[in-house]
Amino acid sequence: MSWNYTVKRVALFLIVVWAAASVNFFVPRLGTGRDPIREKLGQLAASGGLRQDGIEAMVKAYQVKFGLDKPLYVQYLNFLGDTFTLDLGYSLANYPARVGQMIGNAIPWTIGLMLVSVLIGFALGTLMGALSAWPSAPRFVRNMAVPLMTLSAIPPYLLGLIVLYILGLKLELFPLSGGYSPGRLAIASVDFYLDVLHHSVLPALAIVMQQVGFWALGMRGMMVTTSGEDYITLAEANGLRNRTIFFRFGLRNAMLPQLTALGLSLANVVAGQVIVEVIFAYPGIGTVLFQAIQASDYTVINGVVLILIMSIGLVTMLMDFFYPLLDPRISHTRQN
Amino acid sequence: MSVNGGNKETLLDIRGMEVHFETRRGIARAVNEVDLTLYKGERFGLVGESGSGKTTLILALLRMIKTPGFIAAGSATLDDGTDLLKLNREEIRRVRLKRVAMVPQGAMNSLNPVMRIGDQLMLTIREHAEDGEIPDKHTQLKQVEELFYRVGLKPAVARLYPHELSGGMKQRACIAQAISLNPQLILADEPTSALDVVVQRQIMQTLRKLQNELDATVLLVGHDMGLMAQFAERVGIMYGGKLVEVGPVEDIFHNPQHPYTQLLISSIPNFEIKGEFRGIPGVGLSLLDPPTGCLFHPRCPKAIDRCKSVEPQLKEVAADQLVSCLLHEEDQHAPAS
Repeated sequence: MSWNYTVKRVALFLIVVWAAASVNFFVPRLGTGRDPIREKLGQLAASGGLRQDGIEAMVKAYQVKFGLDKPLYVQYLNFLGDTFTLDLGYSLANYPARVGQMIGNAIPWTIGLMLVSVLIGFALGTLMGALSAWPSAPRFVRNMAVPLMTLSAIPPYLLGLIVLYILGLKLELFPLSGGYSPGRLAIASVDFYLDVLHHSVLPALAIVMQQVGFWALGMRGMMVTTSGEDYITLAEANGLRNRTIFFRFGLRNAMLPQLTALGLSLANVVAGQVIVEVIFAYPGIGTVLFQAIQASDYTVINGVVLILIMSIGLVTMLMDFFYPLLDPRISHTRQN
Repeated sequence: MSVNGGNKETLLDIRGMEVHFETRRGIARAVNEVDLTLYKGERFGLVGESGSGKTTLILALLRMIKTPGFIAAGSATLDDGTDLLKLNREEIRRVRLKRVAMVPQGAMNSLNPVMRIGDQLMLTIREHAEDGEIPDKHTQLKQVEELFYRVGLKPAVARLYPHELSGGMKQRACIAQAISLNPQLILADEPTSALDVVVQRQIMQTLRKLQNELDATVLLVGHDMGLMAQFAERVGIMYGGKLVEVGPVEDIFHNPQHPYTQLLISSIPNFEIKGEFRGIPGVGLSLLDPPTGCLFHPRCPKAIDRCKSVEPQLKEVAADQLVSCLLHEEDQHAPAS
């Protein structure tokens, strides 16, 4: 990998983040006419039965506090500066909680749940999809394509409700909600981790089941194409072992597009599975985002979107760097 | 039934080979009662139009017919009595490349794109080594470089990926792989169809040189009559899954006996005389609905009434020349009747 390419690629990443952050900054200000501070204070006043005369002064005070009294370009520059130092400001709904802190608290839960589920789903789905398209696989393995296709078509929150009902409610094997048992101290102990693991089984199961179907479907298509390639025929004619042909000639080649999709999937992990997390009351990003949307908490929504954009940009960049190792036909060095 | 002229030793004896494809509209007999004897160290050319069963025959010998196809009957016996069609999966795997190797049709796409050429050859060598007898990496590499030298590739090619090679180089790499375990029989399925004529000549010369060195038998499949004339010693003509004529290359070209062969030879464009392209009238037969009697009779200009009902058998009409045509059976039967 050449330095030239690396520098260019990193620059591209920064430009993408800048552009996305700018869109993120300007779109809410494009004359929707809504003023979240005023709305929030109005709500508080209405629910608290307060008199409304002080509100104008309070709005002014808050606008100064959030820097909204300054000209737009100053706000924009401040915003960019904050973005690149990852300072996401205060939550509007949960002031004085900081957005960075809220996301920081939620993200380990989401990443832990999603990353593991997506990776398990990917590994199982890819293998099963590949086998279901492999001509010399046993018949029952090839027939698996149908249930896998069905699984991929069912949204994970529906699967979530099903596993919740059967395994949680009827069989009482797993807790119904939460990331850990209420009242348990969140300290690093074996007990606590086992409890967390126990709580994560059902949401993970829902996501894994859907992911297996999704990855299997993509892999099956690629494997059907690959298994008809000349190099597969010649490998068989050369007396290679069936297992060698499957893994090193078939799977290895059919998997390349899967890996691209996996990269994007992993980048999306930080956004969480909103509905699944809400169903299981899981303390992850999805729940934070859901609550923020309900409360019109723009700074939190912005923060989550920004983190998502950055992680997609980052993962795409990393994939570009690593892809030549996976596929020798792609190279960043100029050949002479 | 074949009379061996002189000291020819049989390498592979194919008897009554039948390959069927089961389709919704019935069974297609892609290879139909083929009897063929290949001798040690000879170059045999198998000719026929598309769909005549040439490639299917080769794939059947390697037991690589995929469903819905299957080998319905026959035997293919090697010189030591091994019947290729009766081996189990592991046994046939060991025969592939070690005794019967294949040079592929589309060399452009016949190598694994994500593996270095050298690694692919070494992998093949390792997969055929007995357990505990796998040579060390250095020996393997030496072996690969030696193979490359024999097919005219530089040792540096071992470190390259397929997309870094030209079409001719890829085909050389495939040939290097095919000869890596000194096979007795090389099945070459139109090995030059994707290459230009200059490279074609080089590849065929390489193949011929190696065939000589190994004293291997080459079964060359194709429809390039010019290539066949130059390369093969004996030629077999296939039509509709049946072998219709077999004979020494000179006899086939100068004295073809089967009407189909005659038309095939006369349709070769001539360099000196400019004229209309001549072909064979009619279209190829449908394997699902083959004609009764002789498969060629609907297109045959010399067909007689009996051709519609009687299936001809392969009969020797001249020294080493076998023909499957009633016209020749007529001749033989004529004095008796």
